[in-house]
Amino acid sequence: MMLEFLAVTVAILFTIATSIPLGRYMARVFTGERTWLDPVLGPIGRLILRVSGVDPNLQQDWKQYSVSLVVSNIFMWLATWTIVTLQQYLPLNPDGIANMEPTLAFNSVSSFTTNTNLQHYSGETGLSYLSQMGFATFLQFLTAATGIAACIAVIRGIGGNRLQHVGNFYVDVTHAAVRVLLPLAFVVGVVLLWQGSPMTFEPAARATTLEGSEQTIARGVVAPMVAIKQLGTNGGGYFGPNSTHPYENPTPVSNFAEQWSILVIPMAMVWTLGHMVRRRRLAVVVFATMLALYIPMVTFAVAMDARGNPAISAMGVDQSTGSMEGKEVRFGSGLSALWSVSTTVTSNGSVTAMHDSLTPLGGRSILKKKRLNNIFGGVGVGFINMLIFIIVAVFVAGMMIGRTPEFLGKKVEAKEMKLASLALLWHPLSILVGTAIACYIWATTADPNTTLGWLKNPGPHGFSEMLYEWSSATANNGSGFEGLGDNTPFWNIGTGVAMLLGRYIPIVAPLALAGMLGAKPASPETAGSLRADSATFGFTLWAVVVILGLLMFMPVAVLGPIAEHLALR
Amino acid sequence: MIRELKQGVLFTAVTLVLFGGVYHVVFWAIGRVAFPAQAEGSLIRRADGTIVGSRLIGQKFTGPEYFLPRPSAVDYNAASTGGTNYGPSNPDHLKAVRERLDAVTRQEGIAPGQVPSEMVTASGAGLDPHIPPNAAERQARRVALTRGVPVERVRDLIQQHTEGPTFGFLGRARVDVLDLNLALDESLGSSTQPAATTAPRATDGR
Repeated sequence: MMLEFLAVTVAILFTIATSIPLGRYMARVFTGERTWLDPVLGPIGRLILRVSGVDPNLQQDWKQYSVSLVVSNIFMWLATWTIVTLQQYLPLNPDGIANMEPTLAFNSVSSFTTNTNLQHYSGETGLSYLSQMGFATFLQFLTAATGIAACIAVIRGIGGNRLQHVGNFYVDVTHAAVRVLLPLAFVVGVVLLWQGSPMTFEPAARATTLEGSEQTIARGVVAPMVAIKQLGTNGGGYFGPNSTHPYENPTPVSNFAEQWSILVIPMAMVWTLGHMVRRRRLAVVVFATMLALYIPMVTFAVAMDARGNPAISAMGVDQSTGSMEGKEVRFGSGLSALWSVSTTVTSNGSVTAMHDSLTPLGGRSILKKKRLNNIFGGVGVGFINMLIFIIVAVFVAGMMIGRTPEFLGKKVEAKEMKLASLALLWHPLSILVGTAIACYIWATTADPNTTLGWLKNPGPHGFSEMLYEWSSATANNGSGFEGLGDNTPFWNIGTGVAMLLGRYIPIVAPLALAGMLGAKPASPETAGSLRADSATFGFTLWAVVVILGLLMFMPVAVLGPIAEHLALR
Repeated sequence: MIRELKQGVLFTAVTLVLFGGVYHVVFWAIGRVAFPAQAEGSLIRRADGTIVGSRLIGQKFTGPEYFLPRPSAVDYNAASTGGTNYGPSNPDHLKAVRERLDAVTRQEGIAPGQVPSEMVTASGAGLDPHIPPNAAERQARRVALTRGVPVERVRDLIQQHTEGPTFGFLGRARVDVLDLNLALDESLGSSTQPAATTAPRATDGR
């Protein structure tokens, strides 16, 4: 138990420490300053822009920026959908993987285009090597870069003063992919390769085990994919069981590198904000608020799972190492629980332990964070969410003290609040309505277990599985309680649509909001203005996040995980 | 608008080639040069070149002359992996744990309180190559008895193959089951009771 907390503490402190210089580096990249990596990476970026015919000096307003974002994403969707549905006829398919079925392809491609990485297929049986490269890895780079670009544009708008333009989408997305993600992925990928993650174009290995039976060992282009899977908060695994698979996560060292990768960019983004709007104190306040949400959840989840499953303890089994169902010996229960929390607060969605098998309250705290999607949050998009919460907190605080709400010297008015509400309320709407429809179908079908066959676990846990799937899709997280039999047309199409709307509404609405805020004149701060960079505001922000989260989701949490916890006692 | 569409197409094409192709080829080259064993999957080969398995991937053992790995939801099928996905309160899950517990206590002749939970729960991928040292220790007596060797020699082997937490604090102490079983066959000779398995012995390390 002590060892668990020591490892967890070191991992978190190391990530915080490295996020600070990375945040500064990112701010330099996006304000057009030179960095020491330019001699290597500069030519790659210029090549991409030249081939695409983009004029890097052209500036876009929020509408043009959103159009470029959506248009480029549509073409990425089409290109990758073509690859996976035709993979059987394309090269680099040594294990003879069949074409992906169209509704499954709709779901998978929507999932990867929206940075969700919910997977209704299993990588080793569902994707050829070419698809792993040209579909999975490609989208994991580009959608993470898209999220970062959008976030940078929102930050520019929020910090702007009579600003006409928010930047150039193609320039931002190229910078994000080439100058931020690529060098990090390179370093992490080499560490993974060194630790034992394979990188080969050879087919699956055929082994004759010591006892003489046959074992086919799936492998492939794993290391480079897993690196960007983690860094881009994508989370879509190379293999079905994701980072529990020894080839995706061979050792505690690789686990450390992957755990670091999940959190470091979302954390750095906060410092980037501070540099770009020139308010270091604001960044400190926001960062502290996020930590104040994150740390209790980690502590709670680690402690819950370290206690083990009471039903198994009742049989007399030695559970001194914690609850080990769905977990790996090399990581133990503590590092697994830390990962589970981190992967969820960042909407990464990769797993190093099976979330379905976590103890109920451990699982519940994960569900809660997923719906918020703003504690550090997914690369770019999660931080946009946090910025929206900041605007709401400013509004609430302004109302409480009877002043016009102001953020960074600009008035927050009804129009902005409507956009903020749209961005915030979209998630609960989609999650709760989706879950309600699924429950309705389940409840009104005669003999649902044989006709539908969705649920592996009965009772409240089955309810949690469905709720988790909708939450995961809408929040673009991508992990699942995998007990849900989700590769059916209902789940493929339903969650596919939820992912697309859950991605683009919360990107475009904040871009519009930032465009409007940016166009306003910033008045200098006076003694009467609300200071956003104070501890008081940090507490208000924390309270707004927690209270809104509880209001939106407490009722369903009672029906699912809390009911199961009480039943287990 | 035409310009917008054209930019979208060209941008997709050029980034697809770079991030979905060139990127991987660079890693492939690094693997070939710097980490050839890891890049192909840390495979263990016999003297004749046939593959026994991978150091990182658990494999199935059933014979009493070997250390047994953790239960696996996919029976150590490394071509299609997965966990049980049982929720902690699932009656099927608890029943499976109960059955495994009965089997372990009977086979090793120990009380339930001596059974580490790793021996009765399945891992996430179903390919966990490790067991904790105490799970190996509980099996030492049976392995020694089956092979007709003093239990101290088996314990020594366990000790030699125990890996502590990395840097003293990351992860858990663990024993790689395949490594340990290979070492058993190499230093203690094959089992004296091969009837326990139907498969022929295939060790070359006598």
